[in-house]
Amino acid sequence: MAGLHSYLLVSGLLFVIGLSGVVLRRNIIVMFMCLELMLSAANLTLIAFSRFNLVDGLPDYHGQMLVFFVITVAAAEVAVGLAIIVALYRSRQTIQTDDLNSMRG
Amino acid sequence: MPLPLFWFFAVLMLAGGLAVVILRNPVAAALAMVTSFVGLAGLFIGLNAYLVGIIQILVYAGAIMVLFIFIIMLLDLETEERRAPKAVPIVGGLGIVLAFTIQLIGVLGNTPSSEPPPLDLEAGAAHYAEISPGISKKLEAAHEAGEERIPDVNLVGQLMFTQYNLPLQIIGVLLLVATVGVVVLSKRQPT
Repeated sequence: MAGLHSYLLVSGLLFVIGLSGVVLRRNIIVMFMCLELMLSAANLTLIAFSRFNLVDGLPDYHGQMLVFFVITVAAAEVAVGLAIIVALYRSRQTIQTDDLNSMRG
Repeated sequence: MPLPLFWFFAVLMLAGGLAVVILRNPVAAALAMVTSFVGLAGLFIGLNAYLVGIIQILVYAGAIMVLFIFIIMLLDLETEERRAPKAVPIVGGLGIVLAFTIQLIGVLGNTPSSEPPPLDLEAGAAHYAEISPGISKKLEAAHEAGEERIPDVNLVGQLMFTQYNLPLQIIGVLLLVATVGVVVLSKRQPT
């Protein structure tokens, strides 16, 4: 059986991968995907703690409810974010963050 | 969850995540992300969170990825051309990532690792005896059959529609607002 350490390690690594993608990539859609990876890493941590802290002999379902709400909010966030990206592309014809420098001082 | 199965799903998830960061073609990155989420759903199911695992596949690998691929198609994105990498963002980014990894290892070194405690279906059945006799009966039956099988959907639904009723409705309003916002944002602005 995999212990709590393994789950936390894997989830932390997924978070680091997502963070590096957000920092290193310059395509705004891929940056957005990496944000989703980071959210999912947090979800994995929540589910792991819910399974390892039993309440009345069953997994702690309050943690799973939190994951459910995070997934829902992430879905709404993706819809709005992609709409903003489409609006951005219409006005600038680019999704490379390098080319979006009109606010640079 | 048996150890080889855990590492299979974990490696699948991490390899998918790495491919999202490395691949230059946005469509390939989106498909790598589906792989990553399938691995993640496998880990969820291994942690006895069956409903969340299925929702992960339906919502992320199904709906959200279709949205991403649809937008990539709509914007007609090609593989991005290689640009000269700038030193400052790369060094800064890798620095942050390295600091985070070191912190992760430090935290993991201080927390005691534990094996997953075995589920106690009898205690669960006793707990749910007054709250919901149906769930209690199912837990009892699983306990007598000697299987580690929990009525996951019933348990989540019972909690969601009693203790989490208000957040559930707020989430419904949030989804409605997001839908309206997306329609307003994607409408062509009159110029």
